[in-house]
Amino acid sequence: MSHETAMAEGGFWRDTGRTGIGAWIFSTDHKRIGLMYLYCVSGFFLVGAFLGLLIRLELMAPGPTIMTAQTYNAVFTVHGVVMIFLFIIPGIPASFGNLVLPIQLGARDVAFPRVNLFSWWLYAIGAVIVLTSLFTGGGAPDTGWTFYVPFSARTTTNVSLAVFGVFVLGFSSILTGINFITTIHRMRAPGMTWTRIPLFTWSLYATAWVQVLATPIIAITLLLVVTERILGLGLFDPTRGGDPVMFQHMFWIYSHPAVYIMILPGMGVISDIIPVFSRKPIFGYKMIAFSSLAIAAAGSAVWGHHMYTSGMSDMGVLIFSFLTFIVAIPSAIKVFNWVSTMYKGSISLEAPMLFALSFILLFSIGGLSGLILGAAATDIHVHDTHFVVGHFHYVMFGGTGFAFFAAAHYWLPKYFGRRYREKPAIVGWVLMFIGFNILYFTMQVLGMEGMPRRYYDYLPEFARLNFVATVGSWIMLAGVAIVVWNLWRGLLKGEPFTGNPWGGASLEWSIATPPPTENFEEDPVVTHGPYDFKGAGVP
Amino acid sequence: MSHLEKDSFGAKLGMWLFLFTEMLLFGGVFILYSVYLTRYPKEFGLGGHQLDLVYGATNTAVLLTSSLFAAMSVTAIKTGAKKLTLGLLSGTIGCALIFLGIKYLEWSAKFHHGIYPNSPKLIAGPPGESIFFSLYYLTTGLHGIHVIVGAVLMSWTAVMVQKERLNATDNVTLENVTLYWHLVDLVWIFIFPLYYLIL
Repeated sequence: MSHETAMAEGGFWRDTGRTGIGAWIFSTDHKRIGLMYLYCVSGFFLVGAFLGLLIRLELMAPGPTIMTAQTYNAVFTVHGVVMIFLFIIPGIPASFGNLVLPIQLGARDVAFPRVNLFSWWLYAIGAVIVLTSLFTGGGAPDTGWTFYVPFSARTTTNVSLAVFGVFVLGFSSILTGINFITTIHRMRAPGMTWTRIPLFTWSLYATAWVQVLATPIIAITLLLVVTERILGLGLFDPTRGGDPVMFQHMFWIYSHPAVYIMILPGMGVISDIIPVFSRKPIFGYKMIAFSSLAIAAAGSAVWGHHMYTSGMSDMGVLIFSFLTFIVAIPSAIKVFNWVSTMYKGSISLEAPMLFALSFILLFSIGGLSGLILGAAATDIHVHDTHFVVGHFHYVMFGGTGFAFFAAAHYWLPKYFGRRYREKPAIVGWVLMFIGFNILYFTMQVLGMEGMPRRYYDYLPEFARLNFVATVGSWIMLAGVAIVVWNLWRGLLKGEPFTGNPWGGASLEWSIATPPPTENFEEDPVVTHGPYDFKGAGVP
Repeated sequence: MSHLEKDSFGAKLGMWLFLFTEMLLFGGVFILYSVYLTRYPKEFGLGGHQLDLVYGATNTAVLLTSSLFAAMSVTAIKTGAKKLTLGLLSGTIGCALIFLGIKYLEWSAKFHHGIYPNSPKLIAGPPGESIFFSLYYLTTGLHGIHVIVGAVLMSWTAVMVQKERLNATDNVTLENVTLYWHLVDLVWIFIFPLYYLIL
């Protein structure tokens, strides 16, 4: 691997018994596994982004533009499957979680290092199966990433294999969750009390519970789709007495909590970055930690809000709508605490902080538009329109995606021992931020005006805004390209990065750069909290 | 630091978390059962009467016995009785095989009567009946796969005991496999009344 040659300086990069690629794909070191995840998820992010660009190009003008309707169906399906199951769900927890969590706890590795490696293998195998499904059988799935029956049970495209790949990916996610929970319970260093755990690790704790408790439901649901296709069980087939709405319930029992698997670690990243770049202890530590658990718990009981138009009793709609609004409370607690942390702080606007700040704004817009969708009356108007697409890209990309880049700029120099250049990072961020808003805010307006999602063609009155949105996608992708190129180049060949330049107070900033294989020379004894800058002795 | 030693409590914690996921996996099937039972109570009743109570009850007894052997093997290994442990593990695996054999007979009899997923007889019959048997095959099939996995794990553990990699002091792997086996048993304890008794 090219990184290895470039980074022979030391730490965990050098210290291994094996050589070549075997030193990576058979390594149980959480840092190597984290980096392998990072390379994979980043690669899939770029693939997904490219597919997203194709969707926007197709929608740039009414009528057929660059592809056929069937190709378009396949492209938006694969964009969703790749982005959700291969990038965003494993994105922050499996990559940065593996890199950072054990060190933040003062441990030498996760509780089950071999299970951790197995989990990466399952991820890789699942990814290969999903990719194989695109080019074999009846062609790439065209059901949308939600695999709704009855269409997914009948379409001639290669749904069975794709769904089985996602099943394997789910297994990987479960094993990571089990590993993190056990690590947090059992592997904390002496003095690392529950209220001294950094908030990023706290958010991974809440995430891990959702991974463990929700993922089995998607596993059985996807198995049912496969058995429906292969054995013809008829459990979701109305002509055989089955009920397709049951599929939707079971699908969303997992897939709504799954959005918290996506966003909670992002919130954790922001909670760690804001105090460091404001030179102030976090405001409301316990409330932020608790709100992660509250989001995980409340978020597990709101799946019905995806199904207001699917046929549900009014009472059901009312209850799901009410519970959905409950989720807004812990989310708002976090936002207010971040803003209060910055109040009267000595804010330094470096790249990680800029991504963190834009996270707060974009996540707030996305969260508030979520309330429009959570309220039954307004949802009927915007259901299945581009408003929904705009909403979840605000929370998923504006939230988790920006947090992913914030984490990359914040933590990766620590692991590579080299840093990116600041100016291109900021230019890239500005372009991403501007392009993002042009793209997705326009989508929300289009949705309000009635443009449906997933449609190949549209009425002429939507043409102008669709053109604007497509231009936004170019600006955003230009920003992404600059940011990724700058990170790539800087981490491999940039200026050396040593010590603790950001001035972080959590344990990962107290060890050598890059971290040694065993993380700590001597077992640490924790004497201060993660945001106690005075206690950590940083200026 | 404590993590350099083997953390058997941590290992069991991890296993319990995994068992939660198994419960939720079967939970999905039981949700479908409860929804379709309320929708087709009559057809479910008719379907339930076609299941063979003798096969079902025998299998319940076999699985409970296997669980007893499994639990005893944990006590045995902690006292260092290697031969006894191996004997009890063989008993568990034997019961698993008997269970699968009886299941095979039961399924074959049903197949013989034209009752299998997507069979012409079920398609021609009332929808509720087809749903009942689809669920029956799904649930018992999924459970059967777990029995096979459990038996394989038990055999692997027996080899480890034979090689004395698992012994009186280090035996958490055996305990974890036993926990898994109890879960497989427990799921059957729910399947048996739901399909054979209460309808």
